[in-house]
Amino acid sequence: MEEKMIKQISLFAENKPGRLANIAETFKESGINIRAFTIAEAGDFGIIRMVVDNPDSAHKVLHDAGFTVSETNVLGVEMEDMPGQLAMIADVLSEKDINIDYAYAFVTKTEKAFLIVRVNDIRGAVKALDGANIRLLDMSDVHDI
Amino acid sequence: MGVLGAEPWSEEMRKRIEDSTGIKAYDIFGTSELSGPLFTECQSQNGIHIWADQFLVEVINPDTGEPVANGERGELVITTLVKEALPLIRYRIGDITVLNWDECECGRTHPRIMRVLGRADDMLIVRGINVFPGQVESVLMNIPEVGEHFMIIVDRINELDIMKVQIEMTDAAFSDKVTDIMDLEKKVGAALKSVLNIAVKVELVEHGSLPRSMGKAKKVIDNRKI
Ligand SMILES: [Zn+2]
Repeated sequence: MEEKMIKQISLFAENKPGRLANIAETFKESGINIRAFTIAEAGDFGIIRMVVDNPDSAHKVLHDAGFTVSETNVLGVEMEDMPGQLAMIADVLSEKDINIDYAYAFVTKTEKAFLIVRVNDIRGAVKALDGANIRLLDMSDVHDI
Repeated sequence: MGVLGAEPWSEEMRKRIEDSTGIKAYDIFGTSELSGPLFTECQSQNGIHIWADQFLVEVINPDTGEPVANGERGELVITTLVKEALPLIRYRIGDITVLNWDECECGRTHPRIMRVLGRADDMLIVRGINVFPGQVESVLMNIPEVGEHFMIIVDRINELDIMKVQIEMTDAAFSDKVTDIMDLEKKVGAALKSVLNIAVKVELVEHGSLPRSMGKAKKVIDNRKI
């Protein structure tokens, strides 16, 4: 089932100028590419979440650079780039009583949209989305995007 | 075993040191004016024995100079009884502590100072309440998710003292859910309030962002203009 999940890198950052530039520079030096990226802000701190082509290496590089960083399993849900897709996915999950902790979307050059979702029951979510014939990204997809 | 001094440390710090290294940690006390480290704990690890035949110790109210009742907190005052080259009479060291004259478990009857709670000049008065950085440290040591590095920042906004405690984020405490981090800040804030009796805003900051000082650590930034 793990092959239907992707690894997200999250890191803790104070809302201070230059933090993002610092991360970007760290990645550039290590040849890590960011596929999707979002910042959750909460007053004096923020959580930067991202999907990268090589999460294990990104985790190590950021940790060694002194960041507080974690790896979380999330789902990458493929959507047609058209209205109603997001609601459909939310319906499939809520039918099985699965809560979405957070979600963010990104669009690729292949005209597909992807939704990155963290849920409270990732195995249940994989089963439910599979059952509804919704395609989930795996790490090799992330690599090839 | 380790004999640790130079800076006040808490019972919770002892537990953390002993659990993580396997050594027994003993507190030691002394100052350069009295000729260096002089007094240590016994095997009971329950207070630092003062050799009362060599030194006369008192604990006083720093404002009035009067001795406090047995077991009450105050400023330590020492008179040397046998020192010949540089005798000191009722010398105010500036440490806040509690003196205990009860016989120790080990059988010694020399009085004990029961942990140095902080320096008299470290004491903050926030909204009229005395606050020692050592109290904040004790609270934080009981919350395993947070690290030991912290900074107290006091501001005066609209005539009201505002106390903020910054604590470094640890790998163990970090969650990628915003609500988890806010819950942790609230939990630490509530624990501090229950000990200090004042509202404290807790702010988790990046690992490594607070100053690491050598020797006597500075744990307070007081921005109030009085
Ligand atoms: Zn004893």
